[in-house]
Amino acid sequence: MSVTVRIPTALRKITADQDRVSADGGSLSECIDALETSYPGLKERLCDESGEIRRFVNVYVNGEDVRFLQGLVTPLKDGDEVSIVPAVAGGGWA
Amino acid sequence: MAVTVYIPAPFRRLTNNRSYVEGHGQTVAELLDDLKARYPALGDMLQGEGGDLPSHISIYVNNQEIHSLQGEATPLKDGDEVAVIPVIAGGQDLTSEQMLRYSRQIMIPDVGVAGQRKLLDARVLVVGAGGLGSPAAVYLAAAGVGTLGIVDSDELDLSNLQRQILHHTPDVGRPKVESAQETIARYNPDVRVIPYRERLDAANALEIVGQYDVVVGAVDNFDTRYLLNDASYLAGKPYVDGGVFLFEGQVTVFIPGQGCYRCLFPAPPPAEVVPKPSQVGLLGTLPGVIGVIEAFEALKLILGLGESLAGRLLIFDALAMEFRQVRTRRDPQCPLCGDAPTIRELGEYKALSSSPLAGRDEG
Repeated sequence: MSVTVRIPTALRKITADQDRVSADGGSLSECIDALETSYPGLKERLCDESGEIRRFVNVYVNGEDVRFLQGLVTPLKDGDEVSIVPAVAGGGWA
Repeated sequence: MAVTVYIPAPFRRLTNNRSYVEGHGQTVAELLDDLKARYPALGDMLQGEGGDLPSHISIYVNNQEIHSLQGEATPLKDGDEVAVIPVIAGGQDLTSEQMLRYSRQIMIPDVGVAGQRKLLDARVLVVGAGGLGSPAAVYLAAAGVGTLGIVDSDELDLSNLQRQILHHTPDVGRPKVESAQETIARYNPDVRVIPYRERLDAANALEIVGQYDVVVGAVDNFDTRYLLNDASYLAGKPYVDGGVFLFEGQVTVFIPGQGCYRCLFPAPPPAEVVPKPSQVGLLGTLPGVIGVIEAFEALKLILGLGESLAGRLLIFDALAMEFRQVRTRRDPQCPLCGDAPTIRELGEYKALSSSPLAGRDEG
């Protein structure tokens, strides 16, 4: 399964400034492992030591938060769009 | 027929401080009877000597005054919006100067004079007078939002002026709420600014938030954001949230009971991975875009127009120049607005962002 992954500004250093990358995987978990292989360091930004998605980072599959789907085991199919959306604050406007 | 009835600020004490109540009736007359039965104190205001509608109260159905329709016999259908508008002293809804000043928005059929009165009656709290709060407050003021609360404890720094358009070069060193108040007065003398030169904290947040119809969050840190989220929910106020980082912005609306910032992001990033705002570069146009969208959402909420961003997070990528959105939901597990809430009052927010999570600099 090949999916498109949308990378937020904050993580684009890891993806060589690409705002979207392709990854394979039948589930979100497999997709994240595939991303880690291509872009080492990405998984650590998404997941904590126990492997769960960090509470200040959301992952969406086709616009739906995976916390309201099946979390890391959410199945993926060809053409799905995975979005990584971290909480943002602190843009230097204070 | 279920219709929505807009209650203006002077009458809200008669409707448990609600700006909108539901009403029922096939005609305006039946609706008025329904309101009199359910809100007797409001009913007294809607009834003159002979039991008729007093001449100083105007009723609008979908922004049309009922005398231009069929008077109290005007039929109602499901989903109509009815506004009860007291004519202010002077015998006229708006002054001729106001009619001219706001003419370009009054001529929008869904706004009209009744909509402009709603704006002039509205109270909006803008928390933060910086990069997001500046454009938000400027546009809210220009549109004639009658009361703007502005919260900011800081003084203006020269480096703020690149994006904080509420302030001007001679204001450097002055409290931002003071320069904000002066700038707004020059944009629009109709607007009453209530300055709060203080940090929002657990001790003052509920009291301040409780005095407003809509809360616009324009803050630069997670502690204040969670505090504002909690205070808005506990006070039952819609909360417009915005944030920016590098070239990316996020904006959404939280309506109490339909999800909150904690449903969206259960916890803030640990403090050690959050860069200090002063160490992150950005172009002023980024908070400009997001702050203006926040103001737009606040205006839509006040006017009851269109689809709000409630239930959606709008993501703006300035480099790709692209907007996209993801869905937001109320989380039944949410400690604030979930099925078994554990947060019932405002607590300590300093500890929030120091959870011991590993992570690296997000910059």
